Amino acid sequence: MAGTSKVLEDFSDVYAPGPLALADWLIVAPVVWCILVGSVLLMLRKRTDVQPLIAIPALGVLALMTLGLLAHVVEGGTVTMTMGRWLPPFGISFTVDLLGAFFAATSSLVALAAGIYGRSDVDESGRRYGFYPFLMLIMAGILGAFLTGDIFNLYVWFEVLLISSFGLLVLGSERKQLDGAVKYAFLNLIATTLFLVATGYLYGLFGTLNMADIAIKASELRGTAPLMTLVTLYLLAFAMKAAAFPVNFWLPASYHTPRLVVSGLFAGLLTKVGVYALLRILGMLFPFERQELSFLIAIVAALTMILGVLGALAQNDIRRALGFLVISGIGVMLSGLALGSPAGLSGAILYAAHSMVVMTALYFAAGLGARLGGGFELSSAGGVYAQNAAMAGLTLMLFFSVAGLPPFSGLWPKIMLVKASLDVGAWWLAGSILVTGFLTTITVGRIWVLAYWRPAPDTGTAAAVSPLPVGATAALFGLVVITTAFGVWPEPVMALAQEAARGLLDPSAYVLSVFPAEASQ
Amino acid sequence: MESLLAILVGALFTVAIYLFLSKHIIRILMGAAILGNAVNLLIFTAGRVTREVPPIIPASADALSDAAANPLPQALILTAIVISFSFFAFLLVLGYRAFQELETDSSDEMRVAEPVGEQSPPAGY
Repeated sequence: MAGTSKVLEDFSDVYAPGPLALADWLIVAPVVWCILVGSVLLMLRKRTDVQPLIAIPALGVLALMTLGLLAHVVEGGTVTMTMGRWLPPFGISFTVDLLGAFFAATSSLVALAAGIYGRSDVDESGRRYGFYPFLMLIMAGILGAFLTGDIFNLYVWFEVLLISSFGLLVLGSERKQLDGAVKYAFLNLIATTLFLVATGYLYGLFGTLNMADIAIKASELRGTAPLMTLVTLYLLAFAMKAAAFPVNFWLPASYHTPRLVVSGLFAGLLTKVGVYALLRILGMLFPFERQELSFLIAIVAALTMILGVLGALAQNDIRRALGFLVISGIGVMLSGLALGSPAGLSGAILYAAHSMVVMTALYFAAGLGARLGGGFELSSAGGVYAQNAAMAGLTLMLFFSVAGLPPFSGLWPKIMLVKASLDVGAWWLAGSILVTGFLTTITVGRIWVLAYWRPAPDTGTAAAVSPLPVGATAALFGLVVITTAFGVWPEPVMALAQEAARGLLDPSAYVLSVFPAEASQ
Repeated sequence: MESLLAILVGALFTVAIYLFLSKHIIRILMGAAILGNAVNLLIFTAGRVTREVPPIIPASADALSDAAANPLPQALILTAIVISFSFFAFLLVLGYRAFQELETDSSDEMRVAEPVGEQSPPAGY
């Protein structure tokens, strides 16, 4: 049972070797910065006019920090910072490898876009409800989850992001939002509780919560401890977070109810935190159990992507169709996890990063499109192209990207995943990825034809054409530039994802970073 | 002691899942509260359950004796209690507000966000 993992003879071991290099402070800086700015904004919650003026530059600084962290990790490998000079496995460490840094950098770029977009999408009352403080705090939770090296800490960051997401979800407390929030809140609470159950078992079995320590001990305990039960529980908990079939029904019930910018942020980031946790725990800590479960994960992945996109096909509301497309994308990522090969995992990582940018941008585009086209209903909207061809063109690029058509970013991860599944003979998995891409093309093609291409229905009362807000358009444009740049010049990002997948499959560098003392012995 | 606690945790889980299967928000809420307590007990049991030796390292030793209570689960549970308490408070308010706005606490009748019999998307141009 649980106990101290080793008896310390020499207390000097307990102290960290020395002060950290300045660059290593970048590990915690994003999280600390988010909480700091979030609390300042909370104090200024009545000054709704200054909130965006503080939050948007702060998000810019955050993006610089996480990009700096990514550069630091690319250059120097995995870095660890341990709190309170308690050496692991006792103290809480923040351990950042390439995967965490990559996701953190992508998500803070998305958050910056959301902050800018929110300036025009969130009205006075939404700001009074605390849009910007919640935005900063949800980023604290998301980045904390990406950067931590301790499983209980991961749970805590999940809770931080969850409670802020509740706040964002009910921004304005409309009837629809309360209805959606009830389903979202209860199901996500159950998922986090399952996560906590699994963590309780994990602690009982391993007596440690440090990921690097678990990675070492997992092979020792294999065969004697019920690791399969543990891993299956984690799979269920995180699949629920990531909205994989059959535990995905909270997502389409709630994602279309909040403000567009909130939907976009959620669609881009929250489900990917679930995917990240799956990659980290199943991919890195328990690769053997993941191997055993791979057929199950593959079936879940195929059903998630196909049923997700079929759901999207059946929707009349564009926002709800996008919600189902988020689910479908999760299926594609899970197929990479199911394969577990370097190519499969790097495809999943790449697809997750692509999806963070594209799904957020799609919601943003839908919001701007609805201003021009007269709503989100496919049956009544129309005429966006006639009013603003540039905006319609940007949206078409995003549609191409989400469907995986060249030359946009969805193509490369899908190629990697299809090739990886054909390599292991899983032709049906490759087939479902391709079929999903085809059905997605139909879905987004129909949205484009009906809501954008079709002339505006003649309702007699011509809708007053309001010019698009500059900030929101710029945010959308920025995200489209990112996805297009990655689509036409994928090599650096692909190399990054491959390196990150290698780090997952061979965690020795991760372990070395957490336990430098043991390496020298 | 461990087996007794394990049975208790199992019983609490059963009750919680039974309540979760209900349609009414208020019963689901009670299920969430009970589940939270069950998980805390589970973590507690996963550490060492003992009350004989407090987790204090004597001056003559370097480490805890094996018979000592494990202080870490208590720290973990403390965190989990704080979190689940705040969640429970939020859900209570959310359930109450939903009841006020939607005039029902039955999840079957909460169809504002997903109305029954929605329009299908147009089949043609």
